[in-house]
Parts: sequence; C-alpha cells; structure tokens
Amino acid sequence: MAPLPITLDALRKTYGDYVALDDVSLAIRPGEFLTLLGPSGSGKTTLLMALAGFVRPEAGRILIGDRDVTRLAPNRRDIGIVFQNYALFPHMDVLANVEYPLRLRRVSRREARERAMSALERVKLGAFAGRDISQLSGGQRQRVALARAIVFEPRIMLMDEPLSALDKNLREHMQLEIRRLHDDLGITTIYVTHDQREALTMSDRIAVMKDGRIRQIDAPQDIYCRPGSGFVAEFMGEANILAGGDCRAADGGTLSSAATLMVRAENLHLDPADCGPDGIRLDGRLAGKAYRGENWLLQVELPSGRELMMSIPSARSEGCEELSPGDPVAAFAARRHAHPIPAPEPEAA
Amino acid sequence: MTGTAAMTAPATPDRDTRAGLRRDARRERAFFLSLSLPALLLVGLCAMLPIFWILRQSVMTLRGEFTLANWEKLLSSALTWKSVWTTVELSGATLVLCMALGIPLALALASAPPKIANRLLILVMLPLWTSILVRTYGWLVLLRRDGLVNQALTGTGIASEPLALVYNFTGTLIGMVHFMLPLFVLPVYAAMRDIDGNAIRAAASMGASLPRTLATVVLPLSAGGIRSGAMIVFIYTLGFFITPAVLGGGQVSPVAIRIEKVMSTFQDWGQASALGVLLLILVAMAAAMLAAARRLIGRKGKTHA
Repeated sequence: MAPLPITLDALRKTYGDYVALDDVSLAIRPGEFLTLLGPSGSGKTTLLMALAGFVRPEAGRILIGDRDVTRLAPNRRDIGIVFQNYALFPHMDVLANVEYPLRLRRVSRREARERAMSALERVKLGAFAGRDISQLSGGQRQRVALARAIVFEPRIMLMDEPLSALDKNLREHMQLEIRRLHDDLGITTIYVTHDQREALTMSDRIAVMKDGRIRQIDAPQDIYCRPGSGFVAEFMGEANILAGGDCRAADGGTLSSAATLMVRAENLHLDPADCGPDGIRLDGRLAGKAYRGENWLLQVELPSGRELMMSIPSARSEGCEELSPGDPVAAFAARRHAHPIPAPEPEAA
Repeated sequence: MTGTAAMTAPATPDRDTRAGLRRDARRERAFFLSLSLPALLLVGLCAMLPIFWILRQSVMTLRGEFTLANWEKLLSSALTWKSVWTTVELSGATLVLCMALGIPLALALASAPPKIANRLLILVMLPLWTSILVRTYGWLVLLRRDGLVNQALTGTGIASEPLALVYNFTGTLIGMVHFMLPLFVLPVYAAMRDIDGNAIRAAASMGASLPRTLATVVLPLSAGGIRSGAMIVFIYTLGFFITPAVLGGGQVSPVAIRIEKVMSTFQDWGQASALGVLLLILVAMAAAMLAAARRLIGRKGKTHA
C-alpha cells in the first residue's frame, strides 16, 4: 500500500481567547517522518489531535491523500496513534491489546493472532504475548503500543511524545528503533515532541511551532545550522545571537556586515587555527565555567553585556581548567558557522 | 564482603539478606497488628456480639432452654418462604432498574465537562441529603390514586382510569430505586471518570465505533465500580424496611417487614431472631454470589478482547 501525503490547509482552532492553531498550512510528503517541535502550548498536540479527529478545527481543511477528512469521525480515518501514556487496555493481556484493532476489522481469530504475533516480534516482544500490561516496564508498554498502532497497517501514524516518560538511555535507543520501524514500513508519520535532540535524531523534516503557528519547516541539518529566526535558533540548541558590533574579523580587521549573527556554542573555539582565514573573533571575559564530561561549557561576557556560551570538546580543552572568572577570553568562529538571521523580533510576553 | 559483592547485593539478594527482609516484614506486620488491636477488638465486639446474641436467641425458649422449635416453625411456614421470595424479587428488580438507569447516567456524568458534571452530581446526590421518610411520603403523595402522577396520566388521556401505583410492589420498587440510584451511580461514575481518556481515543483511532468502545473498553474498565454499586444496592435492599412499610401498604412483606410484624403482633423474640438470622444468610449468599461473578468476569476479561 502506497504511503499517503497529508495536506493541511489554513487550520484554525481557538479555545476562547487562546489561539491554539493560527491558520496552519502544511504539506506532508508520502512516507515522510515529520516532527512537530515546539514548547508546551505551541499548538503541536492540538494539531496532532486535529489530524486524528479528536479536535475539530473551526476553519481549514485536512486532506489525507486527496480525501477531505476534516469532518470525518476518528474511527473512520485509519490512523495509528501512539500516546504519551501508552493508552493500553489494562483489562486485556499484551496479545489481546495488539489483536484489538484486527478483531474490530473482523479479521479471523487465527489471522489476527498471527498478525499480532508478527507485530509483537517486530518490536521484540514476541515472548511477552501472554503477559498482563501491569507486568511490563515503561519501555515494553511503549513497544506494545507501537505494535498495536502498526498491526492494522494504517496509512498514517501519529505519535504524541511517545518517549517522554522513558529514561534517557532507553529513550535514545527507542528513537533509533522507531525510526527504523518507520523506514521498514514506510508509513507517513507525524511525531510530536518538545525535545529538539529527539527531533533532530528522527526526522526527515522538522516543523518548529510557536503560538499556534509553524515558524520554520526544514530538514534537521538546515533547521539546526540555518535557523530562520532567533526563536528557532535558540530552541534548536545552544545558540549565541550576536549583533554585528560584537564581532571583529579574526585577522584584526572590521566586519563588513552589521547583520545579526547566530553562532552555535560548539562552533566557537579558543584556538584561532580552528576558524580558518576569514573567521570572526569575539573578545570578552570569563563569567563562569562547567565541566560536563564530554565538553567544557564556558560563559563569556562580551563588552556589550551579551553573554556568550562556548562548548569546548574535552579533547581540545587545553587551558580551560586554568581559566578563572574575570580572565580575558578570545572566541573564534569560522565564517560559515556564523549564520545571519533576521534581527530579533520584539518578544510578546 | 568484597566491593563487587556489595554492589551486586541489592539486585540479587543472597539467602541471608532475603531471610532478613522476610523477618523484618514479619516484625512490621506484627507491630502494626498490635497497634490496631484495640480498635479491632472494639469494632469486633460491637459488630459480632449482637449477631451472636440474635443467633443464641433464635435457638432458645423464653425460659432460656435450647430449642429448635423457632426454626421448625419458621422453615415450615409458607409465609416465610413468600417473604424470602419477595425480598429477593424486590432486591433483584431494584438492582436491574438501578443498572438500567444508573449506567447510562454515570456515563453521561463521566463524559460531561467537569464543571457540568459536578452540578449534575449535586442533583444526583440531593435525595441522599433528604430524610428517607420525607422522600417516601413524598412518593406516596405523588403516586396515590388521586396523586399528581395519576392526575397527569388521566388528565392527558394516557390512562383512562387511575393506575395502582402505590400500596403494592410497583410503588415499593419505585421508592427503592429512587433511594438506591445515587448509591449505585456514585461508584460507577467514579470508576468511569478514572478511565484514561486516551484509552478511549486509542480505541476510536483503531476503528472502534462508540457502542463498540463502550462494550470493549468503557464497561470492562468500569466493571469494578459496577460491581461495588451492585453489591451496595442488592445487599442494602435485602434488609430495607421503611420503603416497603410505607409504599407497600401491607401488600409487600419482605423479611424485614415480617420481622417487625412478628415482633409487634406476637412479641415472639425467638421467631424474630430466626428471621434475622435468615436475612443474614441471604446477605452472605448474595455477597458470595457477587464474589463468584467477579472471579468469572475477571478471568473472562483477561483473555478476551
């Protein structure tokens, strides 16, 4: 079965004065793994629930393939959903949970069992078919939820922060596993998270949301290295937003452009040799430092009062240990790592 | 113990550690038991002594000699069996009606927005805060031959002549259901409200229609509440007195009414005590049956989708 594209056309949803979805339009490609990323209250879950049919938009259209599903009941949309809290049925064992969507489709008892077992094998839970849900760990429950969502071969998969209840190591492991599952099945998948690293790890494209609007939609590398706004830059990782006046050319001259620049913390170096001939240079004084195992974090205060965050890999951190607050620090960055962004918009509180 | 052994100890406790843990658990249980002993004794005495007293009285003559005459007379009387049947019939019919009305009501309450649900809940609870006597006599006013209900029925032509709605089984049943409904709805509503909304959404996303979701997810997950509600209603109704006394008009005599009659008419303590024990046996049987039903349904729900 060919994967289907999804088209969102000017979706709008308000709760009283609060605008959860502000005319959101989005084209999701067939077979794509798209992540909706944003802080809480940005509208990403509302968007997902509108896709699932649990939230009815006031305006706009949702098309799956070329079929308008805006007013279609959730149980007729043929969408597999994985919820943050797993939403398994505690009164059924693992196998019955996974068989459930097949039994609804009047699949014969034998075939349902076979397909449920193969879905469970796929998430490596074949040996757990007879267990009660209460006997499973969080990670195992999430696998059962995955198996239950894929077993009826839906055309679309929605995942609402499915890993946020798991501990860090398991979460990172499951990220790769879910991505591999997606690649095997080729189902168009929309994944909601507020964890930018998770979004970068898993997605074909990331849509960054804020205040009910999509701020930027791009491939992970583009959105990380070439953010379209200060908000996206800072949300995607440790970003230093610099005014033109903060920087000088590394060779001592002045910079031609006075644009606002974004430099990632890990692209700032202590050694001028790391930034190439046309690099930029920032001077300031150390405000604080922290050792984090894989790297050192240095906080540097610039003359303008702006704070610079530097991440120095432990392997290249000669001199970091000796630095103490107040010491002068020169930071260097390659020109290509200084990405111009529009001047910061005045933040509405 | 070496460093590594100490580190692995919490994951796989050796035999000594396990035995020690068990001993601690035993000590803790004994300690808490000793703390609650005075309360247990007090409650035990207050609850059990009167029951033993009644049991003793049912096998005694007035002069204090052992006799089985009370029981022989009781068990051979057709009136006894008729009142036992009436009791079971009344409790069963009350339970069935409470379920038929209460489950949809609890569903509506649980699916309403919390603000509205709280207001509706007050309406459900209101009868519980009114004296049972007031309510029962209220029904009398409503249901009697020239009462409001019959006036409405004959006035609108739905019934050609007043219906016998009170001083019979029907009237008693109406009164009983009215009293028991809130007691049934509360635990069912609580169980339904606790169901994870995402479990219901998950069922819908997998293709389950609303009735199907109700049958396969909502009702099984609220079975605990329905069971406790059923237990309360059935067992409470078994020994109920006021409603059959007022609304039954002498036509409906479950065991509770028989006891009162035996006492007020014959002052027969032995006979009344035996009836009381009989009622207690009925309650125990009902509880055992509900427990058996729970095991049966519990097992079925685990394996079947």
